[in-house]
Amino acid sequence: MTALRIPPTGLRFENIDKRYGGLFALRRISFEIAPGECVVLAGRNGSGKTTLLRVAAQIVKPTAGKLSFPGADAALPANGRPGYVAHTTMVYDELTAEENLLLFGKLQNVENPAARAEELLREVGLMERRDSLVRTFSRGMRQRIAIARALIHRPSVLLFDEPATGLDPPGITWLANSLREVNRAGCTVVMSLHGESEISALATRAVQLDAGRVIADTQSGASLHSILTFGSA
Amino acid sequence: MSLLSNTAILLDKELRTEFRSRELLTTTAVFILIVLVLFSFAINPGTEEARQFAPGLLWLAILFASSLMFQSCFLREQTNDTLSSLRLAVSDPFAIFLAKLIANTLFLLLTELMMLPFFAIFYNIPLWSKLPVLILVLFVGSLGISIAGTAISAISAQARMRELLLPLLLLPLLTPVLVVSSLVTASLLDREPIVQWKGIGFLAVFDLIFLTALWLFGEYLLEE
Repeated sequence: MTALRIPPTGLRFENIDKRYGGLFALRRISFEIAPGECVVLAGRNGSGKTTLLRVAAQIVKPTAGKLSFPGADAALPANGRPGYVAHTTMVYDELTAEENLLLFGKLQNVENPAARAEELLREVGLMERRDSLVRTFSRGMRQRIAIARALIHRPSVLLFDEPATGLDPPGITWLANSLREVNRAGCTVVMSLHGESEISALATRAVQLDAGRVIADTQSGASLHSILTFGSA
Repeated sequence: MSLLSNTAILLDKELRTEFRSRELLTTTAVFILIVLVLFSFAINPGTEEARQFAPGLLWLAILFASSLMFQSCFLREQTNDTLSSLRLAVSDPFAIFLAKLIANTLFLLLTELMMLPFFAIFYNIPLWSKLPVLILVLFVGSLGISIAGTAISAISAQARMRELLLPLLLLPLLTPVLVVSSLVTASLLDREPIVQWKGIGFLAVFDLIFLTALWLFGEYLLEE
């Protein structure tokens, strides 16, 4: 994956609450992710992982609390916008792979969006299908174009919501290698995962959520394994 | 500047996806045509009655057809959660609304222009001499419908009973547009045509007020 042009950025959650009606999706979330860290968010279904990622992506506004990006360069607006890969592809089925990347590149004022789109299409292995409509893609190809879209503006923070969903073993290996390269280039990576895999092996830290609260936060190997397998931290 | 450039990029996307699928244009055109054909059996063409009631029927058909169009306006964005990716990418969320309402206005106008010859034939009302002013009325009326419809579509797309909610909110809101557009069109298609500039002015003011409201509060409509 392409090396970053912009300085690495961290993430800071300060007393984040998110409430949907009377239901608390997140309660008093406070922790900081250092620039360049690779963090796994673990927890059972409904624990608040997706909501926390969507808050970090600035798609969902927290009910209370503050989100900030330490180290973000105010002169580069794209730097403050994380790249986000969700359960869904977040691209248009009725557009081609290249048209999708051009659309999001242009919207984010990417310098020479055509060249950047071509570069990413080559990196995610979709160059030969650049003119195909996304609706004709397999699940693995869709995940690749989703990742390319998230990377189009060279973000310094990447957020992944269960990135391995629907991928076959070679796809998971490809994703793990891509994430490793992006992380090595200085990008902060935060991902939600279920269980251990090639991708979770990249993590240097795990944060466990339960009922919208952080119940464990560890960087040690044994505890990290325990959190990812839903054991006690 | 970024608002205008983002709007232009998103408008290009809206037009490209629609002209590739042709879902909205086909549905809207067929619906208006069916309504015009059905009502032409009830009203004797070429009579005073036709001149009096046909403009209202035309606008009613446009209104109902547009509510079909607006159903999928923001619903399309939910299939792959593309609304979230757009919100992440644009600096001003109003660009999303602006692109959609311009696209909706263009689709409505295009459909109306395609339907005008059928309207003239089925109701035996000559339109040619009044065409420039008629297009102006269709434009200000359709713009009003699109502005309100795009806003309501954003609200209803997040609701559970969205298919029901959209017409329930939209139709009462657009009653003034329906009434004034029908009156202005009826005066224009009369044997002694009159251009009701006050009515056209009312429609323009309606458009301006709703556009301003959308600009001020649109961001909240996109929040989860």
